[in-house]
Amino acid sequence: MRKLIWLAAAAIAVAGAAQAQETPRKGGTIRFASPYAASFGSLDLHTTPRVTDEIVGKAINRTLYNWDSANNKLVLELAKSVTASADGLVHTYKLRDDAYFHNGRKMTADDIIWSFTRIMDGSKGYPGVRYIRLIKGALEVEKGQAKEISGLKKIDDFTLEITITDRVEPGYYFFDGTTAILPKEEVEKGNFANNPVGLGPFKFKEHIPGSRVVVERWEKFYKPGKPYADRIVFVIMAEAPARDVAFRNKEIDTSILGPAQYVAYRADPELSKGILEVAEMFTRSMRMNPSFKPFADKRVRQAINHAIDTDLIIKRLVKDKAYRAVSWLPLSSPAFDKSQKPYAYDPDKAKKLLAEAGYPNGFEFEFTTSQNESWGLPIVEAMIPYLDKVGIKVKPKLVEVTLLTDILLKGDFQAIISSSQTGPDSLAQLRCFYSKTPRSACNYVDFKNPTFDKLLDEAAQTSDPAKYVDLLRQANNLLYEEAPVWFFNYNKAVLAYQPWLHGLQANPTEITFQYFEDVWVDERSPAK
Amino acid sequence: MLLVLARRLANVIPTLFAVVALVFVLFSVLPGSFISAMSEEGRTIDPAVMERMRKEMGLDDALPERFVKYIAHTAMGDLGTSFRTREPVTKLIGVRVWPSLKLIFAAMTFAISVGVTLGFVAALRPGSLIDTASMVGAISGLSLSQFWFGLMLMYLFALQLQWLPSFGYGDGGLRHIILPAIALGVGPMALLARTTRAAVLDVLNADFVRTARSKGMSERRVVEWHVLRNALVLVITIVGLQFGSLMGQAVVVEKLFAWPGVGSLMVDSVFQRDVPAVQGCILMIVLFFLVINTLVDLAYVVIDPRIRYA
Repeated sequence: MRKLIWLAAAAIAVAGAAQAQETPRKGGTIRFASPYAASFGSLDLHTTPRVTDEIVGKAINRTLYNWDSANNKLVLELAKSVTASADGLVHTYKLRDDAYFHNGRKMTADDIIWSFTRIMDGSKGYPGVRYIRLIKGALEVEKGQAKEISGLKKIDDFTLEITITDRVEPGYYFFDGTTAILPKEEVEKGNFANNPVGLGPFKFKEHIPGSRVVVERWEKFYKPGKPYADRIVFVIMAEAPARDVAFRNKEIDTSILGPAQYVAYRADPELSKGILEVAEMFTRSMRMNPSFKPFADKRVRQAINHAIDTDLIIKRLVKDKAYRAVSWLPLSSPAFDKSQKPYAYDPDKAKKLLAEAGYPNGFEFEFTTSQNESWGLPIVEAMIPYLDKVGIKVKPKLVEVTLLTDILLKGDFQAIISSSQTGPDSLAQLRCFYSKTPRSACNYVDFKNPTFDKLLDEAAQTSDPAKYVDLLRQANNLLYEEAPVWFFNYNKAVLAYQPWLHGLQANPTEITFQYFEDVWVDERSPAK
Repeated sequence: MLLVLARRLANVIPTLFAVVALVFVLFSVLPGSFISAMSEEGRTIDPAVMERMRKEMGLDDALPERFVKYIAHTAMGDLGTSFRTREPVTKLIGVRVWPSLKLIFAAMTFAISVGVTLGFVAALRPGSLIDTASMVGAISGLSLSQFWFGLMLMYLFALQLQWLPSFGYGDGGLRHIILPAIALGVGPMALLARTTRAAVLDVLNADFVRTARSKGMSERRVVEWHVLRNALVLVITIVGLQFGSLMGQAVVVEKLFAWPGVGSLMVDSVFQRDVPAVQGCILMIVLFFLVINTLVDLAYVVIDPRIRYA
């Protein structure tokens, strides 16, 4: 496992170093493939939580914080500095005084206050609510009891004080695309979803629904000399085989690869030179519902983890396009315990644990799954013989992928395999196993463990960063021990790129979320 | 003619109502919702936001209440608001209709020009090499998967020969439409070739053709005056049916070639459980089918004055 992590880190470092050595060229067109859906929904980022929309949003908009993929940490984006009070609840931001919206107006503290207040409009279903709710008084606005968020205080045009309700790192809450800073006057004109105006390095030019979005360089972007490219064409390419042809035909500059393509591209001497990989913050697992009696026993859950040759499934079926999961938090989390080893494939130990739990002859359970090739039916089919070997019979229940959330929320499953976002905020992700977290929030396996709760409570209270990470590490290791899920894998996202494209970053939050101001094309690009 | 038109339009209204009702019921009983579909790859939505969205979108209203509202709004030309884009569905579909129509016309142009010619030539030389080759081609065309055939076209004409772009709408010009049009048109082309061949052979063996020949009319005149006109009725029926159904069939091709038509909008809307958009798309497709069939019925009357509708 350790070897795998070092290899991944080395690959990323080498790729980053190689790209850093080149001198960026100004001009040119980036043709970025949007691979997840057949159309963009809304370009008003406050209204949409879809990854597809945020891919474009990253070029047009900016948030208070951003994720620095190279250093795997949060960084200030629209502020130059921040100071926190001793209790960690009051944060004073010195905002940038050189950030201009695409209509030419300079951003001030009022824009952040207006944007956050808009998101909290209780009559609308803005997905960013979950983040802004952290600010003192935001809940009152959401409930319609106040018109202004009391925790947002403008000191002057470029100084903003934000008071939060919990002692947490606010950057995790204010870097999500759904909390983008937008200009009031443009939003209120109407039709903003089709004519977005933001603070990002590129301004909106054209949207042909179902085909493409074109953005052009914003000359007054606050980072000197950036962006490099003249324009970006975001092309809709939802079909993987068609995307493959278009990429090989040099019609697009990037392509997300699935397991089969990953094997083919790695084997190709030319294509293999342009592959960007990252362990994304998604954990694939089989959740076991403790309301189904056998799964209430920890030994049964551990037995299942021992019964399956997970490494072999990742190698053969997922074609190594994943990293073996050890516990819940992903490799990139500071709380990931590098000394922890994943459950070993040991059918004898699995049988012994089952016998101790009172199931020497095994049992039968219903296994809900989607068709997904990386964490759906093919994986379940591979698990069946392993579980059969220790006496556990599986009845697969196939459902459409969009139904998984509904089933999880209702708890209408005995076991279910799915993919969950597990970063970058490790505390927030571990809270999905906190006993007071309801199923409707994310505690889908109704996990209750007082020791685990205590660790999270202590982590939330401490001001010592080292202790904070250590407590989360302990909590994550406790999850490993309790095994509320079968730990399958962490997604390895793979982005193929053309040799003339430079400056891409291996973003573990979502590989298609790029810092487009840093991306550039050299003279070999065939795009006009 | 006007009577025919009036009668056809009178039939269209109950058909449309039946379709609207069926689509509404189907999507009401279908499990899952737009809100759950938004939780892509574990990006969960806040429970309070989910509740608010359900309310905003009227998903918590009773089914009969939603149905009455939907029918009333549809009758007024209001197809509702898309859950996904929060725009009127009419606007959403409006921008997709023209690319779809362009693709369908291009596909049918290809199908008619190639299919009818092949069928005609094959029928005039039955049992010849050209006849056998045409019919083997026609059967193959009918059996081809649009998805596979589309990929093969991309591979050959874009990747290998570098003649055409492999995907996308581009500037809406000819270069981008050729491959999707062939992929979409190959099925109707094959059907038209077979139908034309059968129709022409049938007419060639008819008594009035034999009479015309025995009267000394040249073969060319026989074909032009008698065979063509009589065979055309059956051919037009197939053209009409295929034309009408192409908007529905275009779903696969539009998605594969990233063509921004009604079909690709519908697929995306189905996956996202954007029910108003799906309902609007299906209504659009059905309406297109009915309009084309009405036009075909009118064409019968023009081509063959013997045809009258009771």
